[in-house]
Amino acid sequence: MKALLQPARFLAPFAVAAASGTFLAAAGAVNPYWIQIFQLACITAVSALGLNVIYGFTGLFSLGHAAFYGIGAYTAAFLMKSYGGDSQLFFLASLLAGGAGAALVAWLVGLPALRLTSDYLGIATLGFGIIMKVLFDNADSFLPQLGGARGMTGIAKMTGFAWAVMFLGVSLLAVRNLIHSSYGRALLSIREDEVAAGSMGIDTFRYKMAGFVIGCSFAGLAGGLYAHLYVFLHPSNFDFFKSVDVLIIVVLGGLGNMSGTLIASFGWIFLLEGLRVILPPGYIELRWVLIPVLLIVTMLQRPQGLFGIREFPLLRGDPE
Amino acid sequence: MEVFLQQVVNGLQIGFVYALIALGYTMVYGIVRLINFAHGDVFMVGAFIGLYAIERCNLPLPVIFLLAVFGCALLAVAMERVAYRPLRGAPKIASLITAIGVSLFLEYFTALRQVFGPNFYSFPRPFAVSSWEVRNISLTNIQAIIFFVTIFCLGLLQFIVHRTRLGRAMRAVSYDHVTAGLMGVNVDLVISLTFGLGAALAGVGGVLYGIAYPQVNTFMGVMPGLKAFTAAVLGGIGSIPGAVLGALIMGQSETLTSAYLSSTYRDGIAFLILILVLLLRPTGILGTSRTEKV
Repeated sequence: MKALLQPARFLAPFAVAAASGTFLAAAGAVNPYWIQIFQLACITAVSALGLNVIYGFTGLFSLGHAAFYGIGAYTAAFLMKSYGGDSQLFFLASLLAGGAGAALVAWLVGLPALRLTSDYLGIATLGFGIIMKVLFDNADSFLPQLGGARGMTGIAKMTGFAWAVMFLGVSLLAVRNLIHSSYGRALLSIREDEVAAGSMGIDTFRYKMAGFVIGCSFAGLAGGLYAHLYVFLHPSNFDFFKSVDVLIIVVLGGLGNMSGTLIASFGWIFLLEGLRVILPPGYIELRWVLIPVLLIVTMLQRPQGLFGIREFPLLRGDPE
Repeated sequence: MEVFLQQVVNGLQIGFVYALIALGYTMVYGIVRLINFAHGDVFMVGAFIGLYAIERCNLPLPVIFLLAVFGCALLAVAMERVAYRPLRGAPKIASLITAIGVSLFLEYFTALRQVFGPNFYSFPRPFAVSSWEVRNISLTNIQAIIFFVTIFCLGLLQFIVHRTRLGRAMRAVSYDHVTAGLMGVNVDLVISLTFGLGAALAGVGGVLYGIAYPQVNTFMGVMPGLKAFTAAVLGGIGSIPGAVLGALIMGQSETLTSAYLSSTYRDGIAFLILILVLLLRPTGILGTSRTEKV
């Protein structure tokens, strides 16, 4: 009974938020543009949580996160477009398939790549990200539906407010429970010192692989949601810069801090869009001049991330 | 066979330009263990300095190179002072993020209409192009200039690193910067000069790139920067001959893929080679491994 009650209690606020958001959107009380941005922030947070598991908790430097996001997006969009119609149940299935696809590729990439350490792993994943971008660009030569460099169109708009919020809630729950389990402790010990963790009897390669695959599957899930929110996919949505975006979010929030990732995702997405609204017309180009300056100043002031190691009460481990 | 050799010559042309950029990456990484993502943008600034020096002032070629060298070196020293030095004791990822910030700032700030502008600009040739035919393989004077300038820079760099006091100090800081400081090396100055030296080479590379591929844009440094960095890793980061070797391999893989497979797969193949090499030799072709201790 407790096993059911605990997740229910965790997810209740998200359900309330999803219901009220859906109601507000339906009543027309909130600008639909901002609703869409809010959903994008939720989706970005899911993907960033994945990178936080990989880099923040397990200490594996990955510069190719957007590639897994892209794999999930294309897999889910392809399945939904070819077989799904407008079934909500099939949508869920194709999202899960997108996550599974990303996990499978992550496993295949991880087999050789996770033997590399620190910066070299970063470069290998960066290389993988660029290879995937090239494959997305040429995807129409083996599957015409994927559209290749012209972009993929004809995707149904399935991601609603409730979908985005509930996926974020479930992802937070899953990551919190993972981190506060013995598996999570093993991941943290690898981040702190891989050699020491190994000598304590932890199968470091297996756990690194688990952390990497789990983190990438979050990216895949988020990718599927993204595809069905914006109903158009282009390879440039999954290039090196998008991997960097997620990395910036995770570092800004604080490595290994779920609350930080959550706040930084919303802050980042709303900052990007908010500057569009705040800046007077004709000065829009200043957006990307101001953002890097903010980024540099923030890092100089708070190199450990904005939130350090403080977590929301909801995301702390249960007291024993 | 002639087609193949012609492609090899073309590959050497781009490979040498990559080598000039890769040297800056490898030197900076060797000394502070930082992937300086803004280095590709320093290369871009070098190309724009060349553009203005030729278009506005019509200066002779050696003066253009000198302007690019000093302009870029100054920029890199300022960058290091403002964005990297305060974070030297902080977690490495913090300076990586500021490097990304500096890179984005340089790209978008220079793309403002009041600075360089957001469009593609054609790079004027400072001399007439001529070519020689050797057994049906054509060799242009642009290629000749690239080969000679790059080899001259490489020789100069090898001399600085191995035959001067500065070079010795650089090697000492790279080996162990705390001990080097205790031995009386001015660590901050050496790191600044390393950034400056790397940027100077990127500036030369920028001008050469502009002459060879006469179109410049403020985002032109992104892909060459990533490839040059990959080249440095491929050859063994921290090693100067390794960076050149890696850059030449990248250049060849790029032109040969474009010629025989398809130019859309060009970037993919280059990075595939990187991954394969890393799997066989995790520290690159000429890199030395360090054992990790608890």
